[in-house]
Amino acid sequence: MKALLMRYWPYWSGPVRDAGFAGLMALILFGPVVGVVLKGYDFELHPSRVALLVGIVILGRLLLSLALQTARGKVWLQRFELGRDQGVQVVPAHQKSLWRWVLPLIILAALILPFYANKYLLTVVILGLIYVLLGLGLNIVVGLAGLLDLGYVAFYAIGAYGLALGYEHLGLGFWTMLPLAAVLAAVAGAILGFPVLRMHGDYLAIVTLGFGEIIRLVLNNWLSFTGGPNGLSAPSPTLLGLEFGRRAKDGGTPFHEFFGLTYDPNYKFIFIYLVLLLVVLLVLYVKQRLVRMPIGRAWEALREDEIACRSMGLNHVLVKLSAFMLGASTAGLAGVFFATYQGFVNPTSFTFFESALILAIVVLGGMGSTLGVVIAAFVLTVAPELLRSFADYRVLLFGVLMVLMMIWRPRGLIRVSRRGVVPPVAQGAA
Amino acid sequence: MTQDSILQVKGLGMQFGGIRALHQVSFEVSRHSITALIGPNGAGKTTVFNCLTGFYRATQGQIKLQTRQQTTDVVQILGEPFQWGDFIRPRQFGSRLFYKLFGGVHRVNQAGLARTFQNIRLFREMSVVENLLVAQHRQLNRNLLAGVFNTPAFRHSEREALERAFYWLEQVDLLASANRLAGELSYGQQRRLEIARAMCTQPELLCLDEPAAGLNPAETEALSQMIQTLRRQHALSILLIEHDMGLVMNTSDHIIVLDQGQVIAEGTPEVIRNHPDVITAYLGTEEDFL
Ligand SMILES: Nc1ncnc2c1ncn2[C@@H]1O[C@H](COP(=O)(O)OP(=O)(O)O)[C@@H](O)[C@H]1O
Ligand SMILES: [Mg+2]
Repeated sequence: MKALLMRYWPYWSGPVRDAGFAGLMALILFGPVVGVVLKGYDFELHPSRVALLVGIVILGRLLLSLALQTARGKVWLQRFELGRDQGVQVVPAHQKSLWRWVLPLIILAALILPFYANKYLLTVVILGLIYVLLGLGLNIVVGLAGLLDLGYVAFYAIGAYGLALGYEHLGLGFWTMLPLAAVLAAVAGAILGFPVLRMHGDYLAIVTLGFGEIIRLVLNNWLSFTGGPNGLSAPSPTLLGLEFGRRAKDGGTPFHEFFGLTYDPNYKFIFIYLVLLLVVLLVLYVKQRLVRMPIGRAWEALREDEIACRSMGLNHVLVKLSAFMLGASTAGLAGVFFATYQGFVNPTSFTFFESALILAIVVLGGMGSTLGVVIAAFVLTVAPELLRSFADYRVLLFGVLMVLMMIWRPRGLIRVSRRGVVPPVAQGAA
Repeated sequence: MTQDSILQVKGLGMQFGGIRALHQVSFEVSRHSITALIGPNGAGKTTVFNCLTGFYRATQGQIKLQTRQQTTDVVQILGEPFQWGDFIRPRQFGSRLFYKLFGGVHRVNQAGLARTFQNIRLFREMSVVENLLVAQHRQLNRNLLAGVFNTPAFRHSEREALERAFYWLEQVDLLASANRLAGELSYGQQRRLEIARAMCTQPELLCLDEPAAGLNPAETEALSQMIQTLRRQHALSILLIEHDMGLVMNTSDHIIVLDQGQVIAEGTPEVIRNHPDVITAYLGTEEDFL
């Protein structure tokens, strides 16, 4: 037996070392957490519980290391390694994309959905779409232009509070505030960005982080203007002046009476959903155009090499600023939808966790990839709704997902592809 | 100052903390010439380039570009600090403020000076053609609405850009690699792409920082031909940093020798070849040099 062990020692030594190390880590981690239990003002030691957990970790790690040494294990490991190299690819210019068939089908399904969905599903999907919008906006800033914005939620808050405050103080409705909020958020982005964007990259992350917190604190503490922690109510959208409530304010005709329908509170959400869907499709289209335009190429070039960009005659501050402003205005749009969908706004919706969530959407989806962002937005917002019973572990699951992604697909879900071009001469002949 | 010099550098000095990288460097580059800047490693050649192109703010001296029918003061367009006198002269104050806000390296390029880098700086995760399109940014239709709605004017502008990009790809013999990622190219191809990219900004003065570094003899020979063709066909002036003495002696009209941050000799290849100071500066690499 001993001879056998010694003979195969080269195969054992690695796994045994791994297992020993993992056991040590487990001991340090579980020792105080599981082994020491408070009892009144005193505490009890539970060494057997620690021993059990550490034993499980050691055994598990040993088996894992041994399994990975087998031929099948090695193949499996290689699959992980391969994922690492999947960077950017160039697709041939004339390759027909499957999207030409899939996209119309998806849009059709999305248009039909609200008429068959119940209210709960509808609200979940609206939330998902709002995060798609946020993800697309931040994707321009982080994914395309390579600017790390940790306070993105501030622009979202500006949009949402813009609607609520505009209604409260100026009597402006949903449709006026929708474009106005985008402009407001963009202006805020410009004021914040112009001084910061000329500095080196890391400063931007710190300043935006601070900006996000400042906005939240102002909203929380300026009681007379923003209503403080209690928040403000936000108006519902109207269809050509027709309201969706049971009774219209100021004696108008509500939507259902005008069309002779019975009142259904769902109408409001169906309407919000349809408008939101339209805006998302519009933003998707604009994003698709932007990457084929000089400005979009300049963003990506700036992300690749700022020094080369500047030596090419591009004003890096203005190029970054345009990305920052466009991203901000998209968040402003999302904010207006969020406010009108909730019916009220308060500062708890605009914490740093929101910023981190949106950033996670962009990173998981794949920097710069549109499809990836759309999928990630739905996964990260809809999944927690479906897994209600796991609500306590949401952040834990989130962390596990992030770690797995970084191992398996460090560049994000969807591989970024660039479109090839046909030489112009050949184009002319065709 | 001769009438036909495209670049005049006077008394250029550059100090990095305690290190004096350049001291009283003065030279001129005449129009349509190939001028070489040579010197041992660490002599300050790249630093001269960085001052010319605006990446370093020269601590002393003047740099004047005579391009696009006007004189550009490189130090001024980088944005100088305010002086007391500015506060009583609104015009001067306005110009300083403007260049402080919107000045910078990009203006040097817009004035007609393009450069390549000693350690290649391509947009590695973009395709070769896209690299060339980015360089044409200033010449394109940048109207956001035109782009989003894909108007005929926009399509025309993009098409022209593509044509120019493919023209330059042909010039540097990279047509076959048009749709590859720039980062995937071989070293020699990357060097050529960088030159093409610099040319896409339509410069009048092209500054090449060690373009032959890492190339094999055949590639170096091709590069030498290319540099001469560029000068001949595109009314270009070229300033060249190079260690390959064969290339320098064959192509350049004028050579400036830099050692320890100072110009120690200047003249035609013939003069430089026999200059005693130059031979001393290059002591140890003598055989290589001659
Ligand atoms: N950014 C910098 N900071 C400090 N010292 C620098 C910097 N750039 C260049 N130098 C110094 O200037 C001198 C010249 O460097 P360089 O211009 O790169 O030489 P060359 O290109 O001729 O080989 C070197 O001694 C280098 O240490
Ligand atoms: Mg150098």
